[in-house]
Amino acid sequence: MSLVSVESLSKSYREIRAVDDFSFAVDQGEIYALVGPDGAGKTTIIRTLCGLINPDSGVAMIDGLDCQRKFESIKPILGYMPQVFSLYPDLTVTENLTFYGGIYGVVGEDYRTRVEYLYRFSNLKPFADRRAQALSGGMKQKLALSCALMHQPRILILDEPTTGVDPLSRRQFWEILLELKKQGVTIIVSTPYMDEVARSDRACFVFKGKKLAEGTPAALPGLFEGSLYFCDCRPTVQTLEALNQVSNVQARRFGGGIHVYLRKDVTLPDIATELTRAGFDTGGFRPIRPDLEDCFIQLMEES
Amino acid sequence: MTERPAVTIDNLSRHFDSFKAVDGISLEVTSGETFGFLGANGAGKTTTIRMLCGLLAPTSGSGTVAGFDIYRQAEEIKKSIGYMSQKFSLYPDLTGKENLSFYGAAYGMNGSSIASRTEELAERLDLHDFIDRPTRSLPVGWRQRLALGVSLLHRPRILFLDEPTSGVDPVFRRKFWKILYELAEEGVTVFVTTHYMDEAEYCGRISIMHQGKIVEVGQPFELIQKHRAENLEELFINLINGREAANAEA
Repeated sequence: MSLVSVESLSKSYREIRAVDDFSFAVDQGEIYALVGPDGAGKTTIIRTLCGLINPDSGVAMIDGLDCQRKFESIKPILGYMPQVFSLYPDLTVTENLTFYGGIYGVVGEDYRTRVEYLYRFSNLKPFADRRAQALSGGMKQKLALSCALMHQPRILILDEPTTGVDPLSRRQFWEILLELKKQGVTIIVSTPYMDEVARSDRACFVFKGKKLAEGTPAALPGLFEGSLYFCDCRPTVQTLEALNQVSNVQARRFGGGIHVYLRKDVTLPDIATELTRAGFDTGGFRPIRPDLEDCFIQLMEES
Repeated sequence: MTERPAVTIDNLSRHFDSFKAVDGISLEVTSGETFGFLGANGAGKTTTIRMLCGLLAPTSGSGTVAGFDIYRQAEEIKKSIGYMSQKFSLYPDLTGKENLSFYGAAYGMNGSSIASRTEELAERLDLHDFIDRPTRSLPVGWRQRLALGVSLLHRPRILFLDEPTSGVDPVFRRKFWKILYELAEEGVTVFVTTHYMDEAEYCGRISIMHQGKIVEVGQPFELIQKHRAENLEELFINLINGREAANAEA
């Protein structure tokens, strides 16, 4: 049986269906990523799992227990890090940790051992006496994670933990998550970053309250339909417009060049004449593999 | 005209007590450039932008924006630039339209020019679907488009954007950047901070800041080659990691 399971979950706020008949399951020791735009329903799903929202229908279960009815029994095995920084800004790093230790009943020798462990992986020890409000974005998130880990939860639920955090701190944050996974911790994480999706075991694309697709990061790009080319020409408004005029072509700026998408059943030779007429040298079109983001955007646009 | 620098910074510093938030940085940004101002959290990016926008007095050094001196001509600077901060700066209980009107009036625009400019921006930034809704209820991506609209009201020649796409999903980020490119092609200078390295790769030039200092500046592709990195993210991480290791030894 899966450690975490969500079945046919629905939740509406007035006329808006935030979550619409949503199901997924996460196994022990997996890192499962929820990816989707703002307002897709990720936070509502996460908050339901954390016993903070009552769904209109459907059920969320952790370790065989109903998240709404049996949450008190789930609490000891669950660590939750909300999207908004939720620690006490005017308490120091140590004071925040002590406070969370108190809440979860981690005291005395247990507390001291645990804090030493948390300091070791978070590298926050040199900042122990700094107030939380004076920490950088990356350090704040590491402190919030440390607090969520105080009681050694088996399951960790993180709502966009790295949004607004710089690339280096993000990398360090994920190294901690991978370390926790090695120790057998199950992790559910929402994120807008595709490189983080790539580091998860399985990911789920969420859009308008529904599940668009689910799979391993290696398999998901395979859902992309059509073909993708890199066109090595200056991506100006004019070149992009000219390409988008060509039938069955969608062009997007990508770095110093352009990504050209051909709809399914269309090949480059099919439209070569039209492209040449529009002033493009098809010799400069290089086929490339679609990535997670290409796949996600296509699925969103089609839904 | 085209080669006139939009921003010049010479040995600029800002200290908060003993903490050197910005520590003697120098930089020049040409008109019409899309410049990515990168750095770790707490590296001094926001402090620099606030000094350039005339919101914070420097401790030492000099700088100009649109040819105006950052010490003496803050008012002229404010008229020439658009500024979008990383924090949501719109009034949550006003609608998008009301926010635009409010800021238009603050910029000294009259009623009819506010109305025509609002229409123009709504068209260009695709605001029609939500311009009459209180901004409080809008998703981040929409709010950020509105905030960009507000910063463009008075047709600034230079735009300062401080993490404009933080927390915004990939589709909105692409739309947002499409708009920035169009502005750049019209000659608007875009000075932008971001933690998304794929966005940084779109910039004409970037700089990377660490602990108050600019440690690297150049074209993204050039820098990637120079440091033999695989991509910008790798470059950023190696550069900052290297500096931190050097600091630890010192």
